[in-house]
Amino acid sequence: MSFMTWLDDRFPATKVTREHLTEYYAPKNFNFWYFFGSLALMVLVLQIVTGVLLAMNYKPDVELAFASVEYIMRDVWGGWFIRYMHSTGASLFFVVIYLHMFRGLLYGSYRKPRELIWLFGMVIFLAMMASAFFGYLLPWGQMSFWGAQVIVNLFETLPFVGSALSEWIRGDYVISDATLNRFYAFHYLIPFILVGLVFLHIVALHKVGSNNPDGIEIKNGPKGNKWSADAPADGIPFHPYYTVKDIMGTVVFMAIFFAIVFFVPEMGGYFLEQPNYEPANPLKTPDHIAPVWYFTPYYAILRAIPSAFGTQVWGVLAMFASIAVFFFLPWLDRSPVKSIRYKGWIFKSWLAVFVVSFVILGYLGTQPPGGSRTLLAQIFTASYFAFFLLMPIYSKMDKTKPVPERITE
Amino acid sequence: MKKSPGAIFRERSEFARTRIRDDTRKKLILPLVLMMALMTSGISAFAAEESNGILEPVEVSLRDKVSLQNGAKLFVNYCMSCHSAKFMRYNRMAADLEIPEQLVESNMIFTGGKIGDAMTTTLSKEAGEQWFGVSPPDLSLIGKLRDPEWLYGYLRSFYIDDSTKTGWNNLVFPNVAMPHVLYELQGIQKAIFTSMTDQNGNSREVFDSFELVSAGKMNADEYDHAMRDLTNFLYYMGEPARMVRIKYGIWTMLFLVVLGVLAFLLKKEYWRDID
Repeated sequence: MSFMTWLDDRFPATKVTREHLTEYYAPKNFNFWYFFGSLALMVLVLQIVTGVLLAMNYKPDVELAFASVEYIMRDVWGGWFIRYMHSTGASLFFVVIYLHMFRGLLYGSYRKPRELIWLFGMVIFLAMMASAFFGYLLPWGQMSFWGAQVIVNLFETLPFVGSALSEWIRGDYVISDATLNRFYAFHYLIPFILVGLVFLHIVALHKVGSNNPDGIEIKNGPKGNKWSADAPADGIPFHPYYTVKDIMGTVVFMAIFFAIVFFVPEMGGYFLEQPNYEPANPLKTPDHIAPVWYFTPYYAILRAIPSAFGTQVWGVLAMFASIAVFFFLPWLDRSPVKSIRYKGWIFKSWLAVFVVSFVILGYLGTQPPGGSRTLLAQIFTASYFAFFLLMPIYSKMDKTKPVPERITE
Repeated sequence: MKKSPGAIFRERSEFARTRIRDDTRKKLILPLVLMMALMTSGISAFAAEESNGILEPVEVSLRDKVSLQNGAKLFVNYCMSCHSAKFMRYNRMAADLEIPEQLVESNMIFTGGKIGDAMTTTLSKEAGEQWFGVSPPDLSLIGKLRDPEWLYGYLRSFYIDDSTKTGWNNLVFPNVAMPHVLYELQGIQKAIFTSMTDQNGNSREVFDSFELVSAGKMNADEYDHAMRDLTNFLYYMGEPARMVRIKYGIWTMLFLVVLGVLAFLLKKEYWRDID
């Protein structure tokens, strides 16, 4: 009796390998946009590995945190390399996820029957943002401190429960040692929850099968290919075809990643902000507090909404709404076709409007408010929301093109 | 021969698709270009804000060991009377700057510390606060917190000013608590301001030039050169790993190019099966 037989009698090793790799049939026409799922998984693993290594020398104590980071940067062998991988990984995680989400928008990957995949993905996105937010406090620099201060203070604007809630989050009246310790605890916990969520995301994906740039269900097409008589004719085994293709994508990604790590780890202040090289000082407010770039679109939306009826809660609500609205996407899109390839000019234009709004809001969020910038932020906040809220109307109005029966490449 | 309706449909849609795909590609490039443009303009706007006409470019080079050694000498002799560099160790500096350890021990450690110790100062936090109003900050990371141009400008822009507590002021860091420690090298200079009237009719003082009141041990060129060395040292000290990371980066890139070619060929070989 071979080892594999022994193992398979007790654990579905061969069965799982077949179902999810060698006999998981993915559409054969994946393009550039399909690299980012596997890249996101790789970055998650990289963040966990580098994070665990950093944790071996980091000290979550307001007296020691800043110095322990410098200890890692100077005295720990290869410490600077680990830390720059972690800080670069954080930013590139968002780059990859934003591109991954944009792929979903392009090809309607959120549409029936993939609504749950999209929802799991959105929960992953939320958990990622939470982890990034908690992690940013840990170096205990000026921006760490004041960034956390600003964000936690947002909860104070909520009526009735606001101040109690923000105190509960901080564990104190100000950002303090108690806050740093709990943020560290959450920052260490969330990545493992992410792993679980990614598992669900992939299980759901493999249940219904991958979408593709044509937005056609290969399962509904003819059967039979080189490898199996009852597999979709337009499908190819994920392994080895997409594994070798993803290896290629991974090497290209690594080239970009390590170019940043070795040559421009601060990325001009966008990945590591200059004021964060000064230890947190609760008595000295920086001239200009801006979150890291991946949060700036939402930050711009927060600042764009003026206070009304004696409260600033509206901006906070708009900011949360700007993220929450993504959850409803599967039910907002009423187009008869999934892929942008067969959608009409109306949908395409709105998608372009959304991308431009997102990028400009992201830029405005890095800048101090005031003058024409506030007005611009208001205009682009409006167009950001219009993309989602008007979608049920324009996606139905849009004149679509006929969808072919088979994959076209 | 009559084509099946399906075939005609496929041909038509294929024609439409090529056009659409080209279209989509163009649209996809646009946001990227836009994002790049915005980021660049953001960075340059920020840089423009920083330099208010006083800051001059300065060349930092971690390969210039002589300059770094001279900067280190100035740092331990002048800065470290009040400032610490508590994240920097003497032996790390000795190794990176190629200064023999005995030389460091005999000429650069004034606190009675050992070669493996951090570079601390004897000035206590309390005494610093008493003397200057604020405790002099640790300078380990000043090369990260400030750009080299700022540091270079700051070190050269002290001038006498009766209105301040110390009798000194600084053009780059107005009303700084620190007196001009290096005046015996630079000499004493005063700042000439001229009145300017803007479009709204408000007049304000604008810096015109410095005027040397009494000469120091160095002439202007020598002092600029010394300050360039000190700036270079502060830049090094902000991130000692910078000494090696560029070098490692180049090897990593070369490795990834080779790996990338192999990965591409592997993919191509496998994908020959797919029509």
